[in-house]
Amino acid sequence: MNKICVLQEVSYRAWHMWRRNIDVSLVTWKTNVLPPLLEPVLYILAFGIGLGAYVQKISFDGRAYDYLTFLAPGMIAVGVMFHATFDTMYGAFVRLRYQKTFDAIINTPLSAEDILAGEILSGGTKGLFAGAAILLIVTLFGLASYPSSLIILPLSALAGLMFASFGLYFAAQAPYIDNLNLPIFLFINPMFLFSGTFFPLDGMPGWVRLTAELLPLTHLVNITRAATFGRLHAGLFRDLVYILVLAVIVACLSINKMKARLIK
Amino acid sequence: MDPVIKVTDLRKNYGGLRAVNGVDFEIGRGECFGLLGPNGAGKTTTVKMLTCALPLSGGDITVEGMSVNKDPRGIKYILGVCPQEVNLDPDFSVLKNLLVYSRYFDIPYSEARKRAVELIDRFHLHDKLERPIEDLSGGLKKRLLLARALINRPRVLILDEPTTGLDPQSRRQIWDEVRGMKSNGLTTLLTTHYIEEAELLCDRLVIVDAGKIVEQGTPQELILKHLDGKGNLEDVFLKLTGRNLRDE
Ligand SMILES: Nc1ncnc2c1ncn2[C@@H]1O[C@H](COP(=O)(O)OP(=O)(O)O)[C@@H](O)[C@H]1O
Ligand SMILES: [Mg+2]
Repeated sequence: MNKICVLQEVSYRAWHMWRRNIDVSLVTWKTNVLPPLLEPVLYILAFGIGLGAYVQKISFDGRAYDYLTFLAPGMIAVGVMFHATFDTMYGAFVRLRYQKTFDAIINTPLSAEDILAGEILSGGTKGLFAGAAILLIVTLFGLASYPSSLIILPLSALAGLMFASFGLYFAAQAPYIDNLNLPIFLFINPMFLFSGTFFPLDGMPGWVRLTAELLPLTHLVNITRAATFGRLHAGLFRDLVYILVLAVIVACLSINKMKARLIK
Repeated sequence: MDPVIKVTDLRKNYGGLRAVNGVDFEIGRGECFGLLGPNGAGKTTTVKMLTCALPLSGGDITVEGMSVNKDPRGIKYILGVCPQEVNLDPDFSVLKNLLVYSRYFDIPYSEARKRAVELIDRFHLHDKLERPIEDLSGGLKKRLLLARALINRPRVLILDEPTTGLDPQSRRQIWDEVRGMKSNGLTTLLTTHYIEEAELLCDRLVIVDAGKIVEQGTPQELILKHLDGKGNLEDVFLKLTGRNLRDE
């Protein structure tokens, strides 16, 4: 009964679930559109202008960059992570536990796999939207090179799917909504700080770099930074493969785990 | 004629608890069939297995020849389900609830809109068209649940305690609707613990207790058999299921 990868069981009906979630986001569009546009402005003010006044130049990949230019791609990656993860982590949890949305939809031709894949798709869409919005702001501040930065759009979608899968997994394993604090504390926040977002990993001790290598956000930051710096190179292919493989694995794990909770 | 719904030796275990413990029944085309039982008898569990929302621990269910184990999607296309628990989509208005639900059945928008307007008329929901779900009274919510269950023009309707917790007026309204659908030939499975509801609506019924069928027949047959035709279905029900209180 259990195929190796549940994604094989997903039908086009997953898009119906995606549409449902997007419709909800459109109803409450102000609360969805403004944060990804305003958050980067806050970062730019606080870190770029505030902290940047003390940090003169950051040396990265053999060149010197001012701090704001260095930080900009990190903000994009962090935005994709937060928006995609939180969308499924809290959204799916609330729909499962409080709103009983899945219980209603499971009585229609959608299967549990369709419903949960739809959740991941809409979380990924939130990631894409956040990536695009922050990229827009960063571009307006003159912090992104083109055309290489355009790769950030499909990349945000892919990374969005990966983080949405993580979010769904966390939602699936949490008995109560308060339990979601744990993955934030143990996983999201360390990634936020230690994935090369705020400082380059080059000068760090070996174990820090090794740990960072394991964190998915690091790989997203690597590609995003190369893109805004206008310095994409073939070596980034392994970062891309890492994100792709992890996205598939975590999507399968999270759908399995959540399905077990949905259908007892 | 082949039965529309055929349930054979149905079983569901929750750990050690045998919630449904070997249930058999058949429902014919156009019949309104009742599953009557006290709280915790296993009615909802049976319904959830029938609507392919819960895996079976044993036995089989077929709907129009399709098995829940093999073709859940085929079954779900032709079922209309009105669940016991109100699970309307709180993120949408009354109208949008119907429209979004119709999408899950691949119903094109123009058709869905037509059907939604018809149902809203029929269930007297027009005043509330654009209102959020949380603004609706219990009776209105149940009516909207019933309307939602009909959006895909089902061939079989499943009603799990459709009137529990409603005031007499709302209850009567739902009864009228169910009788209307019955006269249109819709096959219906209804669960209830209200005896008068079963007596009024059901052509045939089974009385379930602790996961087993304890009696079956038409309401008249049961009264005749157990009380020599004197008394009502409630007396039969209490005689068969005992007078002990059920706290789930
Ligand atoms: N998910 C579940 N896990 C464990 N026990 C359950 C679950 N759902 C129902 N039960 C138990 O199964 C029995 C039958 O429940 P149910 O089918 O809801 O009864 P009814 O609908 O007739 O009131 C009850 O004892 C109930 O507590
Ligand atoms: Mg019940």
